[in-house]
Order: sequence, then structure tokens, then C-alpha cells
Amino acid sequence: MRLTCPLCGPRDRREFYYYGAADYLNRPAGGDPAEWDAYLHLRDNPAGQTRDLWYHETGCAQWLLVTRDTVTHSISDVALVAAGGASGGGIAAKVKPEGSA
Amino acid sequence: MADLIAKSPLDGASITIGALTLAEFDAGRITSVAPLQGQEAALAKAFAPLGLAFPAPNRVSTGKDARLVWTSRGQAFLFGAAPAGLEAHAALTDQSDGWATLRLTGAGAAAALMRLVPLDLEAMAVEEAARAPLGHMQSILIRVEDGFEILVFRSMARTLWHEVETAMKSLAARAQI
Repeated sequence: MRLTCPLCGPRDRREFYYYGAADYLNRPAGGDPAEWDAYLHLRDNPAGQTRDLWYHETGCAQWLLVTRDTVTHSISDVALVAAGGASGGGIAAKVKPEGSA
Repeated sequence: MADLIAKSPLDGASITIGALTLAEFDAGRITSVAPLQGQEAALAKAFAPLGLAFPAPNRVSTGKDARLVWTSRGQAFLFGAAPAGLEAHAALTDQSDGWATLRLTGAGAAAALMRLVPLDLEAMAVEEAARAPLGHMQSILIRVEDGFEILVFRSMARTLWHEVETAMKSLAARAQI
């Protein structure tokens, strides 16, 4: 597996550290416990496109936003988080509606 | 103030195995240069007398007595020259004592180093640089005319020496089969 770092070019998977879902970029601004619960614990587990954070540990030391497909294992996009790679959507969309189990 | 004697990480060690030579060299003063926001143009002006320009990713800018090597987003290492006149435009850190600097030269330098670095070093041209893992160490590689300059953190100098020497030996041994 290789990731194409926007700065360093195509690099081996060994150079990167996997952090987790890109949801970590959408930190809640307020103190709403439900939003924080969603931010910390609720994650999608899609069969298909997913976005997650990787750290180019032994390269340029930048955080990368990687778009990949969990079914085909293809990597469609690698962007710098620092260059505004963060997505819209927001964690609020995942907050459980009132009364749901 | 007492005039202390600076000691290099490997005491100027050098070894030749087959066609390859590994030797410590003095890279001169090493300064990390990180341009401040909005100061890029002013910094370019300050670098002009040295014959340097802030390098693009994976590039080296070579001036009269100094080199500027890309090391990360918004960061380059200045080798050789004192960073006079840059204070107002960039965050500067003296890193001269923080790095072990070695040069691997001779025919097959890329082949030896590619045993340790997962990059196509044959394709690397002079004036190119890379941040890359060497074994499990973070390194800076700079392609020079007859080989490579290798920088790792000073604390890892002897590990680097051991790794590269082993690669050189096994390459020389294979050549004799």
C-alpha cells in the first residue's frame, strides 16, 4: 500500500501513522454533552468511501486527510489537513435524536 | 566565557568498503528557517544576497557559500551561512549540534542506501532532497554529485553508521560471488 503525500510524493505505508476517522477534525465548539459524545464515540463503518487521518511520521510530519474505499481498497485522494482539507458535514449530523436507543 | 571544544557525533569517522566510502563531514552551521506568515516576499529578498531562494518541496537551493534544503511544509534548513538579517521574517532555530551528517559516495551509493530507504534513489537528481525513513529513523537525504548526504538526529549517529556499514558490506560481498 502506498499513499501519495501532497508534499513528498508517493510513499510506502510504513512511513505513515494511522490516527482514525476524519471526524476528529470536527471538534464541537460548544459544551453540549451529546455533541461531545458523538465526537468521541460515534463512528460510521461504511462499506465504500471513507475518510481518515494519517500522519506522515517519517516524512514531512504533516497530517493528511485520506479518502479511500473500504471495499476496493483504492485511495482516491490525499490532502493536507493544514491546507484546509477538513470537510463540512460536522459531527452534529451524528448526534442521536432524542429518545432513540 | 570558556572556549569549549566542539565534538562531532562520530569524531570524523570514515570507512571505505569496495567502491563506497562513508564519511562524516562538517555541514557547517545548520539553522531551521520557518517563514512567518505573510513574510515570504521579505524573506526572499533577505535570501537574495546569499544566492538562495526558499526551496519547493524535495528541492535544494544552492548559493555561493550556503545551501537551503526543504525539510517540511513551511520549513527549510540553512546549511553553512549564518542567518543574518532573517530574524524579522522567519522563526530561526540553531540545530548545528542536533544532527549527525554523513556522506556516502562512490558507484552503487544508491543501491546501498536503497537497502535501508524505501524510495527509488536511482531516480533522485542532484539538487533534490527527501525526508525519508532510514531503517526506523527519520532522516534527511540530499543527492549530491557523487552520492548522498545523510542526516539523522545526533543521538542516532552510531545506529546510522552501523546500518549503512552493514549495507555496504553486504553489497561488496555480493559483488564477489
